[in-house]
Amino acid sequence: MNTNHLKAIVAIKRVIDYNVKVRVKADLSDVDLSNTKMSMNPFCEIAVEEAVRLKEAGIVDDILVVSIGPKNCQEQIRSALALGADRGLQVECDVSASPLDVARILQKIQQEEGADIFLLGKQSIDTDNNQTGQMLAALLDCPQATCASRIQIEQNKAIVTREVDGGLLTVEMPLPVVITTDLRLNEPRFAALPKIMQAKRKPLAVKTLADLDIKLTTDIELISVSSPAHRQAGIMLNSVDELISTLRSDAQVQIPKHGEEA
Amino acid sequence: MERDVMSFDVVIVGAGAAGLSAACRLKQLAQTQQTEISVCVVEKGSEVGAHIVSGAVIDPKALNELFPDWHERQAPLTVPATEDQILWLRNSTQHWTIPTWLAPKTMHNTGNYIASLGNLCRWLADQAEDLGVEIFPGFPAAEVIYHENGSVRGILTADMGLDAQNTPKSGHMPGMILEAKFTLFSEGCRGHLGKALIEKYALDQNKDPQHYAIGIKELWDIDPVKHQPGLVIHGTGWPLQGDTNGGFFLYHTDNHQIAMGLIVDLNYSNPWVSPFDECQQLKHHPVFAQYLEGGKRVSYGARAIAKGGFNSLPKMTFPGGLLIGCDAGTLNVSRIKGTHTAMKSGMLAAEAILDAMQNQQTEAISFESHFRNSWLYDELFQSKNFGPALHKLGPFWGGAFNTLEQNLFQGRFPLKLHDKKADHLQIKLAAHCLKINYPKPDGLLSFDKLSSVYLSNTNHEEDQPCHLHLHDNKQPYRVNIPLHNEPAQRFCPAGVYEVIEESSQPRLQINAQNCLHCKTCDIKDSGQNIQWLPPEGGGGPNYPNM
Ligand SMILES: Cc1cc2nc3c(=O)[nH]c(=O)nc-3n(C[C@H](O)[C@H](O)[C@H](O)COP(=O)(O)OP(=O)(O)OC[C@H]3O[C@@H](n4cnc5c(N)ncnc54)[C@H](O)[C@@H]3O)c2cc1C
Ligand code: SF4
Repeated sequence: MNTNHLKAIVAIKRVIDYNVKVRVKADLSDVDLSNTKMSMNPFCEIAVEEAVRLKEAGIVDDILVVSIGPKNCQEQIRSALALGADRGLQVECDVSASPLDVARILQKIQQEEGADIFLLGKQSIDTDNNQTGQMLAALLDCPQATCASRIQIEQNKAIVTREVDGGLLTVEMPLPVVITTDLRLNEPRFAALPKIMQAKRKPLAVKTLADLDIKLTTDIELISVSSPAHRQAGIMLNSVDELISTLRSDAQVQIPKHGEEA
Repeated sequence: MERDVMSFDVVIVGAGAAGLSAACRLKQLAQTQQTEISVCVVEKGSEVGAHIVSGAVIDPKALNELFPDWHERQAPLTVPATEDQILWLRNSTQHWTIPTWLAPKTMHNTGNYIASLGNLCRWLADQAEDLGVEIFPGFPAAEVIYHENGSVRGILTADMGLDAQNTPKSGHMPGMILEAKFTLFSEGCRGHLGKALIEKYALDQNKDPQHYAIGIKELWDIDPVKHQPGLVIHGTGWPLQGDTNGGFFLYHTDNHQIAMGLIVDLNYSNPWVSPFDECQQLKHHPVFAQYLEGGKRVSYGARAIAKGGFNSLPKMTFPGGLLIGCDAGTLNVSRIKGTHTAMKSGMLAAEAILDAMQNQQTEAISFESHFRNSWLYDELFQSKNFGPALHKLGPFWGGAFNTLEQNLFQGRFPLKLHDKKADHLQIKLAAHCLKINYPKPDGLLSFDKLSSVYLSNTNHEEDQPCHLHLHDNKQPYRVNIPLHNEPAQRFCPAGVYEVIEESSQPRLQINAQNCLHCKTCDIKDSGQNIQWLPPEGGGGPNYPNM
């Protein structure tokens, strides 16, 4: 028997599109995002898709999508609504919130919504923290399953297969639960044109941090951003001897002479 | 296959300057006439602006008419052109400065703005959405759909989720039919649907063939000390040689950035010419190096330009639709500006569509009179000889002719020059032409193609049908490779076409993922054997600020 009429909340983040080559600002203060293509974080998209599949399976009947950010993150909320979510909520926030702050905001929302399943991406491809879901579960004092590659909901419990180093781990836990998604969980669908149009008419609420009575913590400061070091051009060598002497002289590699102890 | 259908009053293909201006004007006119009109725009790029490459020095003439309050609405035209320099590069180190009185008047830029057309389009899209236009990025129009009586019914959007063999993958989403009373085609230069429509309705009958150029553009962060916002530099000469014509631009925009590039006419005859390498070489000239040295290249892109002008302009209306902007060829080549003219053509199309809807006509026939009575017509008419003069007389005497005509005769020289030979027919045998050995890029000012394409953020889902279709798979082996040393290797600015020697047999490899949607291969291939088709939605470059 299926547990019906569950409520799901999916948290999504607006990030630089994965096709775009990240460019650091000339003053190293941050990544340059001016007029660059932004998208829903791919792991968040997988979370939305999973919620929609749970809805299509008759398990979930209400999906709320939450994004925390400036006004333009409404674009990503609309994309999630076009994929099949029911309602959107933007929490206005013009600065980049830390994972803990995001978790605190989501906790507040959960207090109002009382969802049974909280879905998040395992990490966002911009800051790669992989923390928010875990912190949220701690704040809510509820079970968590991170890096999910399979989710089954049965009789008020979640059975989740997690991707761990070198294998899979299947866990079972009572609802409500926080689940973060991994790449292999599903393949998100394309949004169809009529769905995109309908999404424009779905409810999208906006709340401020003050509405939620949240003050951002200020204990993390971004000091500088730098691009990876330039890879040097390769050189062509003609013999093993030349290779060894180049390694010794240019790359300062300690290679014992023939017959020497290493 | 049964296709889903959605209906609108007007469907617009392409969210560029022309399409978005038409969309805004339609809604504005409907508001003043107190009628309702549903307008939908499809755009193949992943977002509006993602596929736009332009210079750009923009004449705000059309924008002033469309949104007189564009300043208050914060249109991204913030850098007025303050100084024009016109240069002739004599060789790799020297140049002449042409006094402004000697240059054609059309080259003067007072009153214009240096801007990113991509960003202007992003802004126009916001205005359009505020007016109630539905914009769908990531949805290419793949085919024109016709009524039984031969008039245009609308378009079919591209399928999503087909594999390389054209079979549906899991999650496949078939394209839909978007039908409308009128469909506007504003795909920019060499739209693949525009091309089909011109042929179907013989819109170019009795016109000169369309002429084209390829524009290659880079964006650079430069040393703030060297930056002079508002400085506009145009010129020609080195490194182009022989019958290869073209011109360069270097604009000082905001944020300590420079937009620079080279435009190479596609009527060149030497198959060894590589517009990309010409552009790379150009940056070593002191005129460029003085600004670029110590700077950092941040973006790269390329796009073809339709520059035939008045003499090549096809009939722009047909039953059920119109062709506007560079899809038709409204660029004013004497000013190398196509933005304001594309916008104006869209605005005129909107007026004609509302007339036609009121009079229950299926063809927007009043377009012709709106066009003839507009400044757009005057502007294009006055510069009708500019391109042909450069093609026929070369950049020096052609330039002299253009100065005389534009400055003394105000473009009303009692003679009409024509250029009747299509660009793709010009290519000569490789063996009869001077082989050009381009210098190796230094990695500081000049770069190879792959690291350039990298900066365009282009991407295409790998497992999908190849969107560069050869009508005849054997033609490259019969003609292009043996006779012309496959010019596509060099004219494609993205390294899509590669001839690989395999056990002493050449093999043409098409790296479609790298494609920048510039359309040059569709234009310049001598046998017209390459057909550019739209890839899966959202594929292609992701240009920021271009
Ligand atoms: C290097 C360069 C420099 C230039 N410099 C200047 C300048 O300084 N000043 C100036 O005024 N003009 C300049 N131009 C010309 C100017 O950019 C064009 O005239 C102008 O962009 C034309 O506008 P458009 O709307 O007709 O087409 P575009 O701007 O090309 O827009 C067409 C849009 O349609 C979309 N599209 C195409 N096909 C489809 C399809 N089948 N389905 C869905 N969407 C589709 C494209 O992705 C694109 O977004 C320059 C051009 C180049 C290449
Ligand atoms: S394949 Fe054709 S359209 Fe694509 S970048 Fe090369 S020349 Fe341009």
